[in-house]
Amino acid sequence: MVTLDAKIPEGPIAEKWDNHKFSVKLVNPANKRKFDVIVVGTGLAGASAAASLAELGYNVKVFTFHDSPRRAHSIAAQGGINAAKNYRNDGDSVHRLFYDTVKGGDYRSREANVHRLAQVSIDIIDQCAAQGVPFAREYGGLLANRSFGGAQVSRTFYARGQTGQQLLLGAYQALAGQIAAGKVTLYNRSDVLDIVTKDGEAKGIVVRDMLTGQVHAHSAHAVVLATGGYGNVYYLSTNAMASNVTAAWRAHRKGALFANPSYSQIHPTCIPASDEFQSKLTLMSESLRNDGRIWVPRDIDEKRAVANIPEEDRYYYLEEKYPSFGNLVPRDVASRNAKTVVDQGRGVGPLKNGVYLDFAAAIGRDGVEAVKERYGNLFDMYERITGEDPYSVPMRIYPAIHYTMGGLWVDYNLMTTIPGLYALGESNFSDHGANRLGASALMQGLADGYFVLPYTIGDYLAPKLGESVLPTDDSVFTEAIQTIDDKNRQWTSNTGTHGVEYYHRELGKIVWEYCGMARNETGLEKALSEIPALREEFRKNVKVLGSPDGINTMLEKVNRVDDFMEFAELKARDALHRRESCGGHFREESQTEDGEALRDDENFAYVGAWEWNGPGQEQTLHKEDLTFENVALTQRSYK
Amino acid sequence: MSKMLNLKLKIWRQNGPHAQGAFLEVDANDIPEDASFLEMLDVVNERLIADDIEPVTFGHDCREGICGTCGVMINGQAHGPEKATATCQLHMRKFNNGDEIVIEPWQATSFPVLKDLMVDRRAFDRIVEAGGYISAPTGTAPDANEIPIPKEVADSSMDAAACIGCGACVAACPNSAAQLFTSAKLHHLNVMPQGQPERWKRTEAMVETMEGFFGSCTNHGECHEACPKEISLDFIAFMNRDYVKAKIKNRSLASQ
Repeated sequence: MVTLDAKIPEGPIAEKWDNHKFSVKLVNPANKRKFDVIVVGTGLAGASAAASLAELGYNVKVFTFHDSPRRAHSIAAQGGINAAKNYRNDGDSVHRLFYDTVKGGDYRSREANVHRLAQVSIDIIDQCAAQGVPFAREYGGLLANRSFGGAQVSRTFYARGQTGQQLLLGAYQALAGQIAAGKVTLYNRSDVLDIVTKDGEAKGIVVRDMLTGQVHAHSAHAVVLATGGYGNVYYLSTNAMASNVTAAWRAHRKGALFANPSYSQIHPTCIPASDEFQSKLTLMSESLRNDGRIWVPRDIDEKRAVANIPEEDRYYYLEEKYPSFGNLVPRDVASRNAKTVVDQGRGVGPLKNGVYLDFAAAIGRDGVEAVKERYGNLFDMYERITGEDPYSVPMRIYPAIHYTMGGLWVDYNLMTTIPGLYALGESNFSDHGANRLGASALMQGLADGYFVLPYTIGDYLAPKLGESVLPTDDSVFTEAIQTIDDKNRQWTSNTGTHGVEYYHRELGKIVWEYCGMARNETGLEKALSEIPALREEFRKNVKVLGSPDGINTMLEKVNRVDDFMEFAELKARDALHRRESCGGHFREESQTEDGEALRDDENFAYVGAWEWNGPGQEQTLHKEDLTFENVALTQRSYK
Repeated sequence: MSKMLNLKLKIWRQNGPHAQGAFLEVDANDIPEDASFLEMLDVVNERLIADDIEPVTFGHDCREGICGTCGVMINGQAHGPEKATATCQLHMRKFNNGDEIVIEPWQATSFPVLKDLMVDRRAFDRIVEAGGYISAPTGTAPDANEIPIPKEVADSSMDAAACIGCGACVAACPNSAAQLFTSAKLHHLNVMPQGQPERWKRTEAMVETMEGFFGSCTNHGECHEACPKEISLDFIAFMNRDYVKAKIKNRSLASQ
């Protein structure tokens, strides 16, 4: 029987992290080299953790399925990274960032973790600047800031529209330095397909070499997953094509509890889908909402060209409904309102599946050059994809799946329910509750990797001094290798009618329809009957060509989709059980008279963490009650 | 609905670095012009799978032009005909009905073909590992505003740091030289105040590692033409200047 102990330190909220850092066990500098740590994933969380652990002296093995660590999907984050620096003298503080994050997460995150995140946010900016990250600067040479997605202070640091790229390059370069120093061994093009445990502790991983197809094992004293989110369960999302839930899911199957899988964030400003061939959706940075005005025609049957629609016939629905936040309401509110107007038939574009994001006012006020300076690369990207010029016609946008707040359950040390197995960044559940604030994903990934795990991992490792790693010829490893290898051979002998893309697309349609922007009991029950049926058909009939002994992109994908097929069911089950609306989880049965999300704090102020009971069995729900001592629970209002 | 194109494709297929390759000829009919180039390949692959033919392997991931994973030669041009555009951001509306499109992998000795259109670019990582970083171990940093950096300097650094490491510069170069990539990496760090202590060591090590893998630059400028991020040739000049200085300074620093 699993008991959830979050291990939240004693003391007032502002002192918990300092108290904890003092109370955790330390590994003496000379002894760190006696410990091996495996890090899976090289995005912001993985690369920063691997580099920082190696700098401390640990022996690190880092794994990525990419050809280079620099390609992880953190690279695509555009807008920025929050930090409570208060450089703008506008009233920001650690406490305000903490408060905003708890409130923005709709009171479904853990106070102590969020406060620590706000505290270390300050160090992250210092660290990145020291690495040479070319943050935007004012003419005086000091760092520039902007206000971002729902914040009322300017606390977002950025590097043009490529903040994620620059922060990842900083972490990748730190990692490269440690690879050169021999402290990190890099395994690229390596697909992690199993987490191996013995006596209840994490002992290593099983990996498929994507070039040779060979399946082999690696052992270590601790395993760190920094493997990103599960957004691709929807098929269409802003995630990169290969982003997947596999490593996290296989850890779940080995006993790690999976928390809040129903929570997904819909990003309000993406380019609408144009057809069935669409392979992914492209996000336009939310910073665009600082200057763009969102509207749709008032008249459902509007036939005039955009330029000929007069002001009074344009429905600026966010500005009208939320006068104080206007176009800058949080992501979930902006997204649901877009869905509402499109569902009413007010959608724009050839498929009537978008809303306008109009820069005419900003161009009139500040001039084309100023707008180009701020958003030039985004405008260029939009033009390349749609063939339309956003300087002269309004952009068309629509919400898309972007980020997932749920993930492996972790305690305050970022350890999962499997001792020795950690989860960082988007792959854990801990800091964003039911909704993430803009520019906070980069912050959390780097906080976990640079400033949390390097402190907390010692607490687990210190008592293991002198223990050697489990040899990879141990039967737990050889059996795991055999199972994976057999499974791969089984896939490639499948001769069905459809390829894996077909099944992924079908799965995505079900999950988007019933477990997307709005959910209800009937729909979720439908999903719970359709997903297992599709999974069964997929397993029997999916066609995988080629051999497992070499590069085989279909085989890589079939394993990922197989895990999404199981994960999707848990996601729907979690969404069904949570009969309240909170953040990115909108249950139609639970809304205010104005159609806003209505929480049920009495019954649902907890983290829902699910325990695997074997294939085909329903998972068991465990609850970690959330207590709010520093932020009063209120209904969010952005009016 | 978007307009449809009928295309004749010649796609390079090669089952490993040492295998003999050959062109696969495919009629790609009814390709929507709103599809991206890679979505066009997705459609072709789904049709191949339906005919029990193994799909064409190509590198790709973010499909937003930022991860640098994708990149193929399209009718002899790295990333195809549209300027400042990675393959994933190229859309089929740039082609005409009836076009023949020849699709090949990057060709350079240090980028061996792994399979079909996918190549191995690890040589780029080796160049970065040689010194493409600022040694600032986690926790040692001063307050970020303690070192003011003129906006022009930060902007210039960012212009170089925008490189996505796709390898188009090498693929477009008649000498398979990697000067544009290496110089962008160097300029990003060398122009910043934080990059100064390791500047000369970094320059010498990265340039010499680069030369171990890639050909020599003879100032054709094809790299810049192919670059999806329009990285400037100026950085190559800065690198050459720094390299000469580094050869002298690294000796005199050691003798101080």
